[in-house]
Amino acid sequence: MLPQDQITEMQDHPLRDMLNLQRFIFCPGCLIGTVITSITSCLKERGLTSKDYAIVSGIGCTGRSSGCFKAPAFHTTHGRAIPFATGLKLANPKLKVIVLSGDGDLFAIGGNHFIHAARRNIEITVLCVNNNVYGMTGGQVAPTTHIGDITSTTPYGNMEPPFNLVSLAAASGATYVARWPGYDTLRLQRSIFKSLDNEGFSFIEVLAPCFIQYGTKNRLGDAVEMLEWLRRQIKIRMDCPPHEATFDFKEGIIICGEFVDEHREGFSNRLKQMRERVKSKRK
Amino acid sequence: MKQIYKRWLATSLKSKKSESSLKPILTSGNYASAEGAIASGCLFFAGYPITPSSEIAAYMSRRLPEVDGTFVQMEDELASIACCLGASYTGTKAMTATSGPGLSLMAENIGLGVMLEAPMVIVTIMRGGPSTGQPTNASQSDVYQTRYASHGDYEIIVLAPSTVQEMYDLTIRAFNLSEKYRTPVIVASDGILGQMMEPVYFHSDFELIERKKPQVPPEKYKPFEALDDDLVPGMAVAGTDYYFYVTGLTHDEEGNPQMTPEAGEMLIKRLCDKIKNGRPEINDWEEKYTDDAEIIVLAYGINARGVPEAVEKVRQQGHKVGYVRLKSLWPFPDELMEKLGQRGISKVIVSEMNYGMLIREVQRFRHLFEVSGISIPTVIPFSPKLIYQRLLKEV
Repeated sequence: MLPQDQITEMQDHPLRDMLNLQRFIFCPGCLIGTVITSITSCLKERGLTSKDYAIVSGIGCTGRSSGCFKAPAFHTTHGRAIPFATGLKLANPKLKVIVLSGDGDLFAIGGNHFIHAARRNIEITVLCVNNNVYGMTGGQVAPTTHIGDITSTTPYGNMEPPFNLVSLAAASGATYVARWPGYDTLRLQRSIFKSLDNEGFSFIEVLAPCFIQYGTKNRLGDAVEMLEWLRRQIKIRMDCPPHEATFDFKEGIIICGEFVDEHREGFSNRLKQMRERVKSKRK
Repeated sequence: MKQIYKRWLATSLKSKKSESSLKPILTSGNYASAEGAIASGCLFFAGYPITPSSEIAAYMSRRLPEVDGTFVQMEDELASIACCLGASYTGTKAMTATSGPGLSLMAENIGLGVMLEAPMVIVTIMRGGPSTGQPTNASQSDVYQTRYASHGDYEIIVLAPSTVQEMYDLTIRAFNLSEKYRTPVIVASDGILGQMMEPVYFHSDFELIERKKPQVPPEKYKPFEALDDDLVPGMAVAGTDYYFYVTGLTHDEEGNPQMTPEAGEMLIKRLCDKIKNGRPEINDWEEKYTDDAEIIVLAYGINARGVPEAVEKVRQQGHKVGYVRLKSLWPFPDELMEKLGQRGISKVIVSEMNYGMLIREVQRFRHLFEVSGISIPTVIPFSPKLIYQRLLKEV
């Protein structure tokens, strides 16, 4: 929790009606804050109120982000944000359900839920704040850490290749897939708008390097230097097939853009039609 | 299954027309439990197949769409319970069903349900363990699992049906208790009771309890502020004018994560006390001959069914024996033990299909009476003969 004088300063925040700034716990320089404000700006611009949406997060740094929303916000168990969100959406299909969590939460302990939610094409938006490391627990290797990187549990360099989240999401059946660096809020917001309109499973990977846990161990400098380092590697391509969406720190190429944007019937809509079919048969 | 279901549905629809001419329907414990859920207004089921509980999911997948409910088969038990908790926070009554290995996987999120105070019902059809054990057989070896599945300091409500009729009745009761106390409630049944068939009345002779709504307007609402003596806060749900933050972290009344010792103490005490204080209402049992008995057989679930015959036989020979059948296991009915002690009962024999579990709870009252047990880790309920022979040795 922030010191009282800083909280008072933040009372002037333009989104203060929709955000609870007392629960903002993130390191200065971290991009989780821009992701939170991007989501909130989109919701505000759409005229959505807390009646219309719910925010679900798992455990970790990004897990704490749900507390910042003045909305039905759920801080669940490690890895289980997506099934919790599935329950919310299926039991009340009118809700816009947004899952905001980290790469370790969504793709290590919660990986199974991710691929199955994408397969079902359930109408939720999953935003993954990817910092390539476990931040809150002290900088351990994650399923998104690149080969050779130093973390607290790979002192001699990481020996495992990482997941490419974009191609994983596309292969699992997500109907909207995008990747953006966390500082590129305009493009990120455009994707959030598209995901809110998508009648299916949307996945947005947001790159948000962790200079505390990842930067120091791999000698990448402070927050600003790390963002510069990230920016130099970003190549934006809007026509790239998802399996070619390179994410490679060694080569210095990270392809960002929209990779999947298609229309396929969503799960809760299918269920609705099935219920109507069953009821008309009984009559 | 389809045929049984159709025949049953035809009878059940007919019987709804006039309550007085309600006819019993021959059905299995698993189906009876599922129909009990429907009768309770359950509109959401998320589950994962596991023997011997799978028929509950199969029945719900057919029945729920008819009543505008939602059935979803999830990718595992971890997802199933998380999905139910999410559904519960839209104001929907939700249920899942599983067996030992599945309940092991649900453990962490039982704790989340306790912490978020989300009402839901978990039916566990106990089978032989540990590990994969004996999937097609019955057991009572998960009695402690239902109580202590999740980590941390918490109380939970567990009911123990003994007949197929009680699978229906106690599932309804489980929904009522979960809504009233805002907590997950477990129905601990077993492989035999789940699979076997008995005549059941699908009556509507019960009242439904709905969860407490927020008692203040949205701007003043605190999700974990208990305004009443029952220590249960009003529950706001998603999709209404209320906004709230609920977390599995230790929190204050507003839901803010708090890491102070005082916050933890306050929260845990309230979560435990709301259930402990409800014990007079929650705890339920059946007793016979406890007024004059010197020796009492204490049993529960399927294993209690052989006890009355054995006790009657021993009484015919002039010995003062009686029995108690627990219909709720947790919170443990301490007041029943004290009552038995006051009545001057000299010995309690705990009869259970495991290597000695609930007997440890009864042993806490050794200052009141002697405690011994028939604790066999078997998959077959004890015959009246077995209990009869044991009683003859004890009298």
